[in-house]
Amino acid sequence: MGRYVLRRLLQLIPVFLGTTFLIYALVWAIPQDPFAGKCGQRPCDPAYIAEMSEKLNLNDPLLLQYFKYLGNLVVGDFGTTFNGVSVGEQISTSWPITLKMGIIALIIEAVIGIIAGVLTGLRKSGFLDNLVLVSTLFLISLPVFVTGFVLRLYLGPQGFDLMDTSVSSDPTFGELILPGFVLGSLSMAYVARLTRSSIVENRRADYVRTAIAKGQPQSRVVGIHLLRNSLIPVITFLGTDLGSLLGGAIVTEGVFNINGIGGLIFRGIQEKEGVMVTGIVTLLVLVYLLMSLLVDLLYAVLDPRIRYE
Amino acid sequence: MSDPGSVSGGAGLEASAAAGVDQASHLDDSSQKQRKPRSLWSDAWGELRRKPTFIISLVIIAVIVLMAIWPTLFTSVDPRAANLDKSLQSPSGDAWFGYDLQGYDVYARAMHGTRASLLVGLFATLLTVLIGSIIGIIAGYAKTWLDSLLSRFGDIFAGIPFVLGAIVILTTLNAPSENPGQVRIITQVVLSIAVLSWPVAMRIMRSATLVAKQQDYVRAARGLGASPLRIVFRHLLPNTVAPVLVYATIALGAFIGAEATLAFLGIGLRPPVVSWGVMISESRDYFQSAPHMLLFPAGFVTITVLAFVMLGDAVRDALDPKSR
Amino acid sequence: MSRSRVAWVALPAALAMTLSACGGGGGSSSTGEGKANPDGTVSIYGTEPKSTLFPANTTEAGGGKVTDSLFSRLVGYKAEDGAPYNLMAESITSSDAKVYNIKVKQGWKFHDGTDVKAENFVDAWNWAAYAPNAQQAASFFSVIQGFDEVHPADENAKPAKDKMSGLEVVGDYEFKVTLNGPTSVFTTMIGYTPFSPLPKSFFADTKAFEAKPIGNGPVKFVSRTPNALIKMERFDDYKGEDKVNFKTLDYKIYSSQETAYQDLVAGKLDFMEALPPSAKVGEKYKADLGDAVVTANLLGQSAIAFPQYIDAFKNVKLRQAVSMAINREQITKTVLAGSYVPSTSFVSPGIKGYRPDTCGEYCKYNPEKAKQLFQESGFTGKLTIQSNQDGGRKEPLEAACNSIKQALGVECEFVGATNFGAFRQIVDGKQLTGMSRSDWSADYPSIENFLNPLYRTGGSSNDSNYSNPQVDALLKKADETANEDEAIKLYQQAEDLIAKDLPSMPTWNEKGIGGRSKNLLEAKMSFKRQPVLESLRVKA
Repeated sequence: MGRYVLRRLLQLIPVFLGTTFLIYALVWAIPQDPFAGKCGQRPCDPAYIAEMSEKLNLNDPLLLQYFKYLGNLVVGDFGTTFNGVSVGEQISTSWPITLKMGIIALIIEAVIGIIAGVLTGLRKSGFLDNLVLVSTLFLISLPVFVTGFVLRLYLGPQGFDLMDTSVSSDPTFGELILPGFVLGSLSMAYVARLTRSSIVENRRADYVRTAIAKGQPQSRVVGIHLLRNSLIPVITFLGTDLGSLLGGAIVTEGVFNINGIGGLIFRGIQEKEGVMVTGIVTLLVLVYLLMSLLVDLLYAVLDPRIRYE
Repeated sequence: MSDPGSVSGGAGLEASAAAGVDQASHLDDSSQKQRKPRSLWSDAWGELRRKPTFIISLVIIAVIVLMAIWPTLFTSVDPRAANLDKSLQSPSGDAWFGYDLQGYDVYARAMHGTRASLLVGLFATLLTVLIGSIIGIIAGYAKTWLDSLLSRFGDIFAGIPFVLGAIVILTTLNAPSENPGQVRIITQVVLSIAVLSWPVAMRIMRSATLVAKQQDYVRAARGLGASPLRIVFRHLLPNTVAPVLVYATIALGAFIGAEATLAFLGIGLRPPVVSWGVMISESRDYFQSAPHMLLFPAGFVTITVLAFVMLGDAVRDALDPKSR
Repeated sequence: MSRSRVAWVALPAALAMTLSACGGGGGSSSTGEGKANPDGTVSIYGTEPKSTLFPANTTEAGGGKVTDSLFSRLVGYKAEDGAPYNLMAESITSSDAKVYNIKVKQGWKFHDGTDVKAENFVDAWNWAAYAPNAQQAASFFSVIQGFDEVHPADENAKPAKDKMSGLEVVGDYEFKVTLNGPTSVFTTMIGYTPFSPLPKSFFADTKAFEAKPIGNGPVKFVSRTPNALIKMERFDDYKGEDKVNFKTLDYKIYSSQETAYQDLVAGKLDFMEALPPSAKVGEKYKADLGDAVVTANLLGQSAIAFPQYIDAFKNVKLRQAVSMAINREQITKTVLAGSYVPSTSFVSPGIKGYRPDTCGEYCKYNPEKAKQLFQESGFTGKLTIQSNQDGGRKEPLEAACNSIKQALGVECEFVGATNFGAFRQIVDGKQLTGMSRSDWSADYPSIENFLNPLYRTGGSSNDSNYSNPQVDALLKKADETANEDEAIKLYQQAEDLIAKDLPSMPTWNEKGIGGRSKNLLEAKMSFKRQPVLESLRVKA
């Protein structure tokens, strides 16, 4: 197990370097002048450009630039934006908001998705089963921003006035429930379908039949044997999904005007704040890689059949 | 998290498509044992023909394709004819879907926008599946070091969140000094989707290949000294196509949704191209006072995605004997 | 990573700060009546400054708003019409509009308690102009003699000196400015933010100043949380007439106008000088805000330029035809939702020297005559209008194109760049392939600032490469005329010539529309699209 973890960690390094370099190159080695439009209606002052280029190492070859950037990152320095504000500081104010929303989304999709999946999996083909199938299909087909806009409009004061759909700049947990639901809605459909098919499959497995034959009560068969094994793929999915929820939060944040990292990175790209973009993407990549490692390890814990040498 | 991330169900897409992987190869075994003349495909076809969801989705797709090819069959209004007097007017008998800010007829634009949306979905899928399958089959068939090299290479792209990656790529591709024509704008969007999505197709292809490689007839062919190319094309490909096909169908829908999302963020297709996504992005600021500007194109996107997902589901179920 | 973990710990403090800042709650009374609270808190919509908070480095709205209130300059502008008046200056005298003698009022203090003297101005201006300091607004000092020695045109050349020869301290409270040539607008120009004085401590430790700017304005800097809040407090030792009537000022930073507007309506934000498009559609803001709508004349001028380096646009008939084909009235009413008015002049209304209709019939919609002129021009092919497509720029221009298309029967297409940076790169590189959006927002309220940068040969924002020796001569003569009224007459003559040439067609002028919350009894907006701080009255 220890050796496996070590090997996986080593494998992460080239992937991490590759992804971050790819983004770095895309952001900085672009044909567009990073200073265009930075100074209003006038072109920037040459002296200003010279100084900023020096500060951002823009005169070095790309690879050297990248490693200088990485070097700073290792000691925790995310760099500063054009206005001299620390990127680390900006990320640290926005990150918790997005993380909060991501976790809410994860909880919602897990709870609703698994319940729907288990209920329909146990009673295959009935009204409930069809209802869940159709509604998951619909959720999968609906673009996230449409769900967001429609819910925001029709639940809010201008629609049926059921709740306050606006999100303040320092959102509370309650304010983030609706955006979290929207963010998690798509994955919720997948969780439901995944749980359902997994349960259906495992219901016919030998160990379930054995358990029933041994005369164990229904609740124990379902709770201990069936659920535990059926939820393994679901948990894998949820684990990798946290990463994509954080990366995909940009759309939901746009719909609800939430001041999270999605907005930060979107503005970063629009305003050519390369330092900001690379910083956040690096962070997201790190989360994604670590989550996928965690999921692999969870496999071993949950499924006794899997052993890592 | 590589594929249309939360746009259209990242890992979920892979999971639902890959579910068919091992079943498909099992199926091969069984059909050989039964010595029935019916192949996997004719078997599946027989199954599909009786499925209502399959028929419904095919009909929807047929209509959409028709709209893409001959939009003028459905509307005689010029989608670029603006009449500011009618700006933001609600749906009426004259214009079923109302008018947008510029006074364009929303219905006419939705009809004429089908083509671009569908093209993006189609080409992005083709490219994704092509790149992914080639690399996947090489990785699955090759010796271990090449496999891990290619897998890590895929991981690099898979590590980039889809929406963020697409924004960066699309902003980068647009050398600002030019003013790109329709073809170029569409190509850019197709490329950025494909570049970020191919690892999913690759993983599916790779695992299908790994399973197929262990089959007796493949070993036999290898033992007989068949060339790798022959093994790949003659024996591996036909047995790995099923899961990729399922993925492709669902992905096509997902990519149409992705196009709309990118346009919503203001970086996907843009004028002069008319597409559902472009219409959606134009409606963003006016959604509250003129919801019809958003709801109609969004409805088209949803129905189209729905049709492709349903089709993919049906095909997968048909290829999976266990679900019968 | 360690850095960011530390910052997480610091977050609750930041949260608490913003929360307390937006206390107050919305009262139910909608009238502007009530007692004022002289020690209240005001929160104002802000955007994240894009550069360091030095007065000569904040050329965009977000940072400019902050430095503008932190610093007071020699000259201030009246809120109503932008007319300049002496603020820190005791007197500004000149006989030839070339050499100015400036006396500074005594008794003014910086926020750190030191006196504001003549040398603070001279040192600050020298520092800002000195090329290695890389201040974005350095070019504003180019009118002063000796600028080219501290800021050579060639970016690689080392400046020979670090002080401009045109600046000379005469006494503690008096200094002399010699310009390169007579420039009558100089007395208006020095009210612009880059001409602020800087305290001694700035030159001792620039880094420390960056973290905590020290100015001489009506409010002083307290603290800043990036992307969230810039906190200010009344400066009790302030001597100017534009004293503020509240205790605490919070610039709340928003990334979306939409959110800010929600907060404004909910009473969580007190002042906003702009409105999101969704609030303008159908004049929704009137229903939302009622009598809390705040309006102002702005210094903006929207136009569409005909780049002269494109052959087709050398034909004046084509330019006139296109201009007459745009239905400005209808577009401002529908697409722009009444937040703009049609423009008929090259100068924005409210500026001294503004005359309506200088553009004459060519800025009036007249499809018949447009069509006739268009046929005479012999143009064939496709017209395009280029701009950035974000920020609501696309919609009115697409409508303009449609209007041209219908009136002239020519193909017209809006070509959008993804963002302002991309668009500016096209413009700066003179790579336009068609007409282009040419919106101008003046730096200071003077007719000069609407003409020189845009229409003079080689002007800093003359994006269309327009060049007319007669216009140049008139502008030069006007610049050199010390008497303001005579100078304005000359500028107007230049404007008339420009109108004949029509190198760009004026399209519309923005109406400054903003709003205040119910927590404020009174609020005014300035021509610079900023809150007039001294006008804000907080409800008790």
